[in-house]
Amino acid sequence: MAEFLFWPALLLYGEAAVGYFGDARRPGVAGRAATWGVRLGWLVQTALLGVQAAREDGFPWGTWAGSLNLFVWLVVGAYLIWGCRGAYRLLGLVVMPLAAALLIVARAGGGTAIGTRSHYSNLFLVLHVGLVLVAFAGFTLAAALSALYLWQERRLKRRAPTILRRPAPSLATLDRVAARTAAFSLPPLTLGIAVGIEQLVQRGDRVDAIVVATFVTWAVWVAYLVLRLTGWSGRRAAYVALAGFVLVILVRLAFPVTHFA
Amino acid sequence: MRLVLVGTSHHHAPVELRERVALDREHSAQLSSQLGEAVCLSTCNRTELYVVADDAEEAERRAVAALAELEPQVEPALYRLRDQAAALHLFRVAAGLDSLVPGEGEILGQVRAAYEAGTPGFLLDRVFRQALHAGRKVRSQTAIGESPASVSSAAAALAEQVFGDLDGCRIMLIGVGKVGDQAARSLRTRGAEIVLTANSKTDRVQLEEELARVDVVVSSTSSRGYVLEAETVERARHGRQLLFIDLAVPRDLDPAIHELDGCYLYDIDDLEAIVSETLAGRRSEATRAEAIVATEAEKFHAWHASLDVVPAIASLRAHAEEIREAELRKAEGVLGRLDDTQRRAVESMTSQIVNKLLHLPTVRMKQAAVSADGVIYAEAVRHLFGLGEDER
Repeated sequence: MAEFLFWPALLLYGEAAVGYFGDARRPGVAGRAATWGVRLGWLVQTALLGVQAAREDGFPWGTWAGSLNLFVWLVVGAYLIWGCRGAYRLLGLVVMPLAAALLIVARAGGGTAIGTRSHYSNLFLVLHVGLVLVAFAGFTLAAALSALYLWQERRLKRRAPTILRRPAPSLATLDRVAARTAAFSLPPLTLGIAVGIEQLVQRGDRVDAIVVATFVTWAVWVAYLVLRLTGWSGRRAAYVALAGFVLVILVRLAFPVTHFA
Repeated sequence: MRLVLVGTSHHHAPVELRERVALDREHSAQLSSQLGEAVCLSTCNRTELYVVADDAEEAERRAVAALAELEPQVEPALYRLRDQAAALHLFRVAAGLDSLVPGEGEILGQVRAAYEAGTPGFLLDRVFRQALHAGRKVRSQTAIGESPASVSSAAAALAEQVFGDLDGCRIMLIGVGKVGDQAARSLRTRGAEIVLTANSKTDRVQLEEELARVDVVVSSTSSRGYVLEAETVERARHGRQLLFIDLAVPRDLDPAIHELDGCYLYDIDDLEAIVSETLAGRRSEATRAEAIVATEAEKFHAWHASLDVVPAIASLRAHAEEIREAELRKAEGVLGRLDDTQRRAVESMTSQIVNKLLHLPTVRMKQAAVSADGVIYAEAVRHLFGLGEDER
């Protein structure tokens, strides 16, 4: 059943990625088809997660691959809030290829199958993994908005004659929404880390690379928000957000195997 | 019923001629009622009379005479279209495809106003409603009207690309050139406010002070040197984003301003390149719009053509109904012994037989009406069933 749901979800996300590419070249039908691809793909992935949850007696996304599956669902779900609006369709160019690629990685790691239950308690996993993933999904979206900001700023600086043929959200809007998304995402990360530390101390486990990298990620996003309060905005803030996103990906993909072992 | 169009537009007549046949709303309404079933569409680019009559020649003659009365010299510049061609023309006009700037948005409102001021009967009512529908469809399904088509609106659209909603956005206007004034007006209509109007002689210290309070600078003086240098802007910017629109030749604003972080400077060449690109975009969207308009015109044609066969269909159905009722009356002796339920069943059954027999001929006649065969079919039906012979 899970296998049956994985492929349509991946195909629909892939179709959305291609559709957004087509929409960037010629706005219209391709963009609308892509948005429907995101909506339907997300619903199919929701069903996939539902099947996983129903088949497992507990939290089934405790492994790194399982959590990646949940992470993709959260990212696409958060994108859907904006992606349905015409002006934000371009964001799909960043989000959807990433979502499709990460879903493939999640499957390769067995995260979309049944029988991936962790030995940790359900409550801990829901709080720790759930909160961290919600935060990471938010940071991913903030970084995508920042990438869109840099692209739009580059078009304005290059004085591209085509700039009004494919209007994007304004610089001010992108900057503001990216900051707001990051600000909403930081508290869940802070809480998720706190829950993780508490478990670490209780079990007497050692601090591994992923814990350190998550701390650094947290510090970068805190710095991002603090710098914004001191007047940093625009291009410089966007670069900091992208640096924060690189760390998110590093935490999600480079270290997790040892952390979840 | 024939649809006749007589008119002139920017394609056929210069503005000196067009302005002499231009009509305000009151005169349009008067002329429409003089012509009978008519609508008068008068904008800065066109004056057109849409008239419906049984005699197309006569309707056309009256429409030409009405326009020639306004200006005798207009007659050679008039075009005359009928039926399908006239409807297609109106659909293209409503979609903005016949406008000077393809896809311009005002025309749809002007077509609606003309329709409301006219004296339309059922044919004009249908053609104008369908034209308005085609116009809306083109605007919702293509990007023909989305991008700006003038330097002033391009400047305002650029400001929206930087600041988003321009409500509360502050503008400094340096110089009072015509294009600069238009750009400022375009920004103001989108919610921005002009906080300072300066000129090339305004004190530099004051300019720098005011620069700290504004978001957009529009400059169009005839100064020989730069009115604002990059150093001045850098000092006054305080980390904010600023948009500079330089409409002057020679340029008023130091090009180095564009190199500053968060500053975007567009001169007249940049804006004209953007406008030229958006117009090219509108033209490419026009191809898609033409397809939509053609489909709508085809629908109207099918409806209009079906009017030719409607009387024949109505006569045929009335004839069949007469026969059915006569046969029921003949069988009254037998039917009288039936109870109400049985009687209703017999009536329903005979009605269904008539309907089923006439369904296919009705559909085929409507289909034939779209081609030139409609009238032949109608005549054949009248002949075969002897419709209207009693009246002769």
